Formats: sequence, structure tokens, C-alpha cells
Amino acid sequence: MLARGVFVSYWFRNDNRLPQARLAIASYIIVGMIGVLLLGFWKLQVIDADKYSSLAERNRVRYIPVIAPRGRMLDREGRVLVDNRPSFSVLLLRDEPAQVEKHLAGISEGLGMPLDDLRDQLNNTKNLPKFQPIIIKPDASPADVAFIESHRSDIPVLEMIPVQRRRYLPGGFLAHAAGYVGEVSEQQIEASNGKLRPGDFAGKTGLERQYNDLLQGTDGMRRVVVNSIGKEVDRLSTQEAISGKQILLTIDYDLQQVAEQSLGARPGAAVALDPRTGEVLAMVSHPALDPNDFAVRISADDWKSLNEDRQKPLLNRAIQAQLAPGSVFKIVTATAMLEDKNPPESFTTFCPGYATFYGRQFKCWVYGKSSHGVVGLHKAILESCDIFFYNAGMRLGIDRLSYYGSKFGLGHKTGIDLPEELPGLMPSAEWVERVFHRKWYAGETISVSTGQGAVITTPLQLARMIGGIAMGGVFKQPHLLKDLPNVGEERVALSEQTVEKITDAMYGVVNEGGTGAALKLAGVELSGKSGTAQVIGYATRERVGKQKKFEDNAWFVGYAPRRNPEIVVCVLVQESGKHGGEAAGPVVKEVIKAYYDKKNKKTQGQETAKSKRPDSRNAPARVAVVARRAALKPEESAAVVPARASAEPRR
Amino acid sequence: MKDAPGTRDYDWWLLAILAAICALGVIEIYSATHGSALAGMHMKQVRWLVIGFALMFALSRLDYHLILDQAPILYLLGITALIAVLLVGHTRFGAKRWINVPGIGELLQVSELVKLIIIIVLARFFAEVRSDQLDLRDLIKAGLLVGVPLVLILKQPDLGTALVLIPLLVVGAFLAGLQWQHAAAFSLAGVLLVSAVFYPPVSRRILKPYQRERITSFLHPEEDAKGSGYQLLQSKIAVGSGGFWGKGFSNGSQNQLGYIPVRYSDFIMSAWAEEQGFKGVLLALGLYMALLLRLVQNAQRAKDRAGMFLVMGVAAALGFHVLVNVAMVIGAMPVTGIPLPLMSYGGSATLFVFLAIGLVMNVRLRRFVN
Repeated sequence: MLARGVFVSYWFRNDNRLPQARLAIASYIIVGMIGVLLLGFWKLQVIDADKYSSLAERNRVRYIPVIAPRGRMLDREGRVLVDNRPSFSVLLLRDEPAQVEKHLAGISEGLGMPLDDLRDQLNNTKNLPKFQPIIIKPDASPADVAFIESHRSDIPVLEMIPVQRRRYLPGGFLAHAAGYVGEVSEQQIEASNGKLRPGDFAGKTGLERQYNDLLQGTDGMRRVVVNSIGKEVDRLSTQEAISGKQILLTIDYDLQQVAEQSLGARPGAAVALDPRTGEVLAMVSHPALDPNDFAVRISADDWKSLNEDRQKPLLNRAIQAQLAPGSVFKIVTATAMLEDKNPPESFTTFCPGYATFYGRQFKCWVYGKSSHGVVGLHKAILESCDIFFYNAGMRLGIDRLSYYGSKFGLGHKTGIDLPEELPGLMPSAEWVERVFHRKWYAGETISVSTGQGAVITTPLQLARMIGGIAMGGVFKQPHLLKDLPNVGEERVALSEQTVEKITDAMYGVVNEGGTGAALKLAGVELSGKSGTAQVIGYATRERVGKQKKFEDNAWFVGYAPRRNPEIVVCVLVQESGKHGGEAAGPVVKEVIKAYYDKKNKKTQGQETAKSKRPDSRNAPARVAVVARRAALKPEESAAVVPARASAEPRR
Repeated sequence: MKDAPGTRDYDWWLLAILAAICALGVIEIYSATHGSALAGMHMKQVRWLVIGFALMFALSRLDYHLILDQAPILYLLGITALIAVLLVGHTRFGAKRWINVPGIGELLQVSELVKLIIIIVLARFFAEVRSDQLDLRDLIKAGLLVGVPLVLILKQPDLGTALVLIPLLVVGAFLAGLQWQHAAAFSLAGVLLVSAVFYPPVSRRILKPYQRERITSFLHPEEDAKGSGYQLLQSKIAVGSGGFWGKGFSNGSQNQLGYIPVRYSDFIMSAWAEEQGFKGVLLALGLYMALLLRLVQNAQRAKDRAGMFLVMGVAAALGFHVLVNVAMVIGAMPVTGIPLPLMSYGGSATLFVFLAIGLVMNVRLRRFVN
């Protein structure tokens, strides 16, 4: 480097006075700086280490509930009525709005969802934290699953989570008794003592609600390690879910199916009981809804339309339709008369087709067509002569009618193991006093004695009552759970003669040319009583007056054999415009026939369950039912909590 | 002794410290990325280190006086390059910082090179100041020299790199005989500017939205734990949860599960602190302290003022990097995007450090030369 002196400029020559003091200060500053930084680390890593350790742990570990499968419901022979199916919910990850926007059209096409619908869902949830994915499709079809699987790399914003959904038999089979599940309401959470959390599913109606504690099981918990984008990378421990218990019902699938099909599209109800035990063999209410729709998600609009449907598909008519029993009530009047011996057993009247009481004309149902002539008790029941029972009822008076009606369970809940049962009403002098603040009109007794006026009953009550009377005054608590402990029983002391006379008469209704003559069943002592009742109740009639025309409701309560029956079936067909024997009777007959066919075949082997679906959707008739309270409220709205369901009930 | 310096004149202690820090960096980059899509990144870093060492030795052979001679031309080149970046630069992560170097094909971050040029230019400038006291005129001149590239870098925008230029000026001025009254006046101005940045009505006018967000999230990290305060909070959680002994190599949950933002680069100290604990921090910061003190020692033994200014410029730049980056990692400063020298992954930043150390070696090798 000889040339250095030439190249190097003048500017640094002889300049080697270094600011040593200031350089020393610089090194102190360096030491101080590192010291301060170390203090910062000391604070975080030693003093606050515990706090940050727990924060890191909270970052790392998530608790993911493992939903316990709900218990199944089986019929009395172990056939599955309600079980679960695995399903997938489609999640949309919204961390990156630009990505979401980019793929929205593709998602709409791939999942077959309208673009507007997707946008609505995004808009409705824009206030939720972005890292929280939303469920855009709660119940993915196999095609959806295939679409998501095959587009994992090019549409990264879609994800799926496995869920268990309730599966009910199709077509609304046993829908009302089974009930349905939904996301728990706040009241349910409060009442559960911490067992339920928001987002959990629980029974909302029917057996699902009644036996929720049995069916529900205990959710497990999985401790997993998740990375910063929430993806599960490791599993620490798993507390297994304990499945819900399966429950055995008293329902007989075969009888239920016959009842569903036989009632068909007509609005109404059918209940079959074994009066010896109180077991409910079949319970049908039409029109029905499909609870599978509720197993996913129901939108507020759909819920509203279901709720406002004039046909009231949400109503379980078997236990909630409170209607005038019509002539079925004559059994109460007849029993009261025989027990009180007032009027005496030999009492007869002449029926010209009408009668006048207290200056007002009351018609017999044959009015204008024919007359019953001279009528005694047996004939009066067979032919359902109103005039006879007007007279008998007038002699008995409302207090006695009310006493017996009440004894036989009218105006009281039967105690069936369903949460929505309604009690009906057995009017009395005391009742009008209390509710209307007036005296009982003697004319009202005339109506009540033939099951009109203020008396209203549910199909289940009539089945229990007729069955109990035919059993000689033993009323078993109706129930759906096969192993229900402590089945309730009420005994009403009835004389043997009374029971004999009443059951003979009901045998005659079918077998001696009475109102149910068409129902005669070879080899079976089918007995029963028909009823044809005006639709509107006592109070309603006063309100709407008589300008409106309503078709009559048809009732038939049948049982077999004629004493100590094995099966009693009550059928209601609403606003059929036909007589009880004509409209409701055949349903009773088919169910009882099916019962005996099955009983006779028992030795030859089990019948297998086939499912033909009754179509209950297109019933045109109008329904007027005195339902006191809505059983359900629209808690489900189309929000976005994971594990929530959707789907629309069509209609 | 007229000949080129021999190998025994290299600062082997400095090289050892350097190598140790680089080793920590490579280890932690491996730990942070080996299980992810970024696996293999540590080898890339090793490649950069090898290139860096080569450049360092090359630069150390070239007499720094020759380099200082060319300072005005280097300065003009630097300014031109910065303007070019603004005009034709390649945009990445929302900022124009990169420029394609033809032939190499690599993207080069021009502002890193500019840092080096400013160190050289300031060394030349302060060496020419002949008195023991820096008068106001020279101070303002120096300020302008730094101010022009600073504004250009801010335009990219790259607040972090722009800020690094300030300690270069401050340290240089201090060693050049900065007077206390000037220091007081400029400190006051600085304090006012910083407060203005933190004062929303003013900051709204002068800062970009993302810069304001960083400041807000620095002041209140817990308020927005999933938004932009997320980074600082997660970093603090990582550091704190490491405790005294650390969670062990490749065993930090915050690091391995990706909670630490850019854990292989700007927040590598966070990953290190989580896995190696306070003892590891003690080692790392101890090495940095040794490095900086060794630089000061080299400055003290420099043959002339120009060499001393060069070395101290390098020390200022590295010290500032360490201070700002580590303070950010423990949540004591907002996120600025300044990497930790030699530990953070990154090509341009690594090359800058080695070139800077090359200058230091250069000065050291010539300390006995007349």
C-alpha cells in the first residue's frame, strides 16, 4: 500500500485526539441499557411469571365439550322410535373478510344457498368477534360434505364440525308424544342447577322434555391444545361423555301406525290405553309436524307460521284438545242415575224428537228425521237418545252430575307423563259462582247431561274414563314410560249391577244395532259409545252467537272385551260433519282389530315394523279448539351459535 | 509496517461474540420454524451468515480511509437509490422497501444499505469538525445530512429504519463535542415530538393509520387482545411464561403454536425468552453487551477520529436495534418493525450488520498503521 499517502485526503491527518471521556460514558450507557432491559425481563419472567404462565396455558388449552348422545326411545317391543344420527355443520371462518368476500359466490353455488341468504347471515353476525366462526349450514348434505372436502385448499374459509342430531320417524309419526329438542331457554338453564349451559340442547316438549334428565346423559370434556388460529394440534385428556339412557315406552309401534293411518289427514286425535295398567298403546294427533325439522334450526318466520297455523299443528290434541264430549258424557249421566237410583232404573221417557224444559225447546239428534218413542236406559244408550238423558240429568241435578264427572276424572289432569296436558272442565254450580259470579241455571244442566254446554274433555280423559268404568271403577294413571314406578290408581266405588248395565249397554251400541252398529267386529266384544258434539264451547257460543256455522266433532270411545277390557281407544275427528259412530268409530275399530290380530298372531312370530307414512299435511278442515295456553314459545331464532341447528319446516 | 494487516490483527473476541449470537439466532429460528411450513428457514439464515462473513472480510481489507473519501458519492448514490425505491420499488407488506437487483435477482432492502452509508457520511463529516466543541452550525448541517434520507425512508413508509438514523446522529454529535445546551434544546424538541406522536389530535395528521394503531395498541394492549394489541400481549405472555429456566428448546407453547407474531424474525427474542427463560435472556443480552462494549473498546483504540466515528456509528446502530427490538418484545415500546441484529431472520438486515462489522474490523486492522 505504497500509494496510501497519495490517495488519502488531507482531512484526517494528525487527528487522533479521541474523546475518551465521552467514549467511556458511551460504555456506561450501554451497560445501563442492557441492565434496564434485564430488569424488564426480570419483572416478566420472575416476578410475574405465574400470571403469564396461566395466560399462556389459557391460550394453549381449550376445553371442548363432548356432547353426550341422547338416549333413544323404544316402543314396548324394543323397536326404535327416536334415535340419533351423525351430521355435520358447515362453518364459515371470518378471520379474513377479503377471503370471505372472494369465495362467497363459490360457496353459494357449492352449497346451494342463495347469495343473499349468506350475506344476511354475515350481516347479522358482523358484531360478533371475527375469530368466532359462524354456522352457515347446520345440517350438511353428503353433497355439501363432498364439496367442502374437495375444495379444502381453494376455499380455505369453510370448515365442518361433527354433531349429533335427533332422528324421529318420518311423517310426524308419534310426533306430539315424542316432542322435540331445541336449544335450552334461559329459564331451563336457571332451573337446571348448572347442569345446562347456553347452547345445549334439551327436550322442549313431549317425552323429550318430560324425561330430559334420563335422556340427556352427561357431556364429556376434551382438553386440547390449539394453535394461534384455533386449530387442534394435540389432545391432553378426554373425559368421556356418558350417553343418555334409552327409555322403553308403552307405545306399540303397530297400533300407533294403524291409528296414524286410520285417522289419516283429518284433524283429530286417537288414544289407545290398556285400562288394566294405564299404559298408552298409541297416541296420535293430527295434523302433525315433523320434529326432524326442529332437530336442526327453525327460523323465527317459520316458527311464527307454525304457531299461527289455523290447524294448530303444534297442539297435541290427545291431551290438549278440550272439547265438548257430546254423547260420550251420557255414560256419566247413566252411571250417576244407576248409582243414585234417581231416577230409578226403570225410568222411561217418550221421545218425540224434542222436549221443552223451562220454556225452551231442546232437540234430540233424531229431530226432524224420526223419533225414539218410548225409551229406557239401555235403549237410550244404544240409540243415544238425548231426551232420556235430558230428563235423567234434570232429575239428578248439576251437583250429582258434577260429582260423578269429577270422580271419573273430568276437569282434572289424568297425570300422564307429558308436560303439556290440559285438564278440561267439569262445570258445577260452584264453578259458575266463582267464575261468572252468578247462579247456575237449571237449563244448563240439560245441556251438560248430554255432554254439551260448559263441559269439555280431552280424548285421553274420555279413554281413561270409559276404560275405568268398564273396569268396574278402577282408573289407572295413563303413562308412556313402560317402567314408570308407582303408577297412580283411583278407585270409585261402583255397584256391580251398575257396571254390568252400563257395559251391557255399550256392548249393545256396537252389537245390538246401536249408534256403532257398523263397527261390529267378529270374535271381539267391541263395545263403546259415540259422541257428536257441537264444536264451540259454552263461552264461545255466547261470544260469537249463532250466526256462524260449525261442523260437529265426532267422538267414539271403544273398548274390548266388554268387561275388564284390555284396550280402550278414544278417537276424535274434528269438524267431520258426521256422527261419532261414522267418522270416529272406524278408527277405533281398526285399532282394536289390529290389537286382536296381533294378539292372535303372537305365537306365530313377531311382526316387523314397516313404515308407511300417514299424510297429515293436507287436511282441509277448520279446527276450533279450546287451548288454554301455548305449549311452546319461539325461542329458536336463526342466530349463530355453534352446535345449533336449522332447517325450515315447510309451510 | 506498510503491508496489509495480518490475520492475527483481527478482533477474534469480537468475531467469537458475533458467532455466538448468530448461533443463538440459528438455533431459535430452527426451533420456531422446524415444525411449520417455514421449516428449513434456519439453513437460509446460515446461508446469509456465510455471505455476511465473506462480505465482512472483504470490506475489512479495503482501507476505510478510501471509503471515507468516497462518502459524498456514496451519499448521493444512497439518496438516488431511495428515490428510485419510491418510484419503481417493489411493494411488500404494504410498503415500498425492496428493489430488484439485476443479476442477483434477490430483493434488496435499500434502506439497510443507506444506514451504512449514513454511518460513513457522518464519520467523514464529524471527523472534519476540527474543534473539540460542536457548534450549532455544524450540528444543523449534520442534521440536514441525516434528515434528507430520513424523510425519504419515512415515505416508504418504514418508521423503524428511519428512526435508526437518529441515534447515528445523536451518538456522532455527542462524540464530536455536542454542547450541553444544544443537547438540552434538542432533547426538549424530541420529547415534544414524541409526545405529539402519542397525542391523538396531532398524531392523526402526521402518522399513517397503521402507525397510530400500533401506538394505541402499545398504550393499551389488553383492550384489543385479538386485534393489533395482540402481538405485544402475546409476546409478553411468551416472555413471562418462560420463567427463570425456560420451557426448553422447541418446547415453548407460545412459540410452537404460533401465538408469537413473526417469531423467527422481529419477535425472535420473545421465542428465545420463552424457551430459554431468564437465564437464556441473560446469556443473549450479555453477548449483546459484550459486543457493544467491544465495539466501544475498538473505538477507543482507533488510530484516528474518523475510525472512532465509524466504529461508534456502528455501535449506535446496533445498540439502538437491540434496545428498540428487545424493549418491544417485553412490551415497553410499540411495534416498530426493527429486527434484532444477527438473531432475527432476514437477508438485508444480516448483511447490513456484517458490512458494519466489516467497517469496524477495517478500523481495527489499521490501528497501528501510520
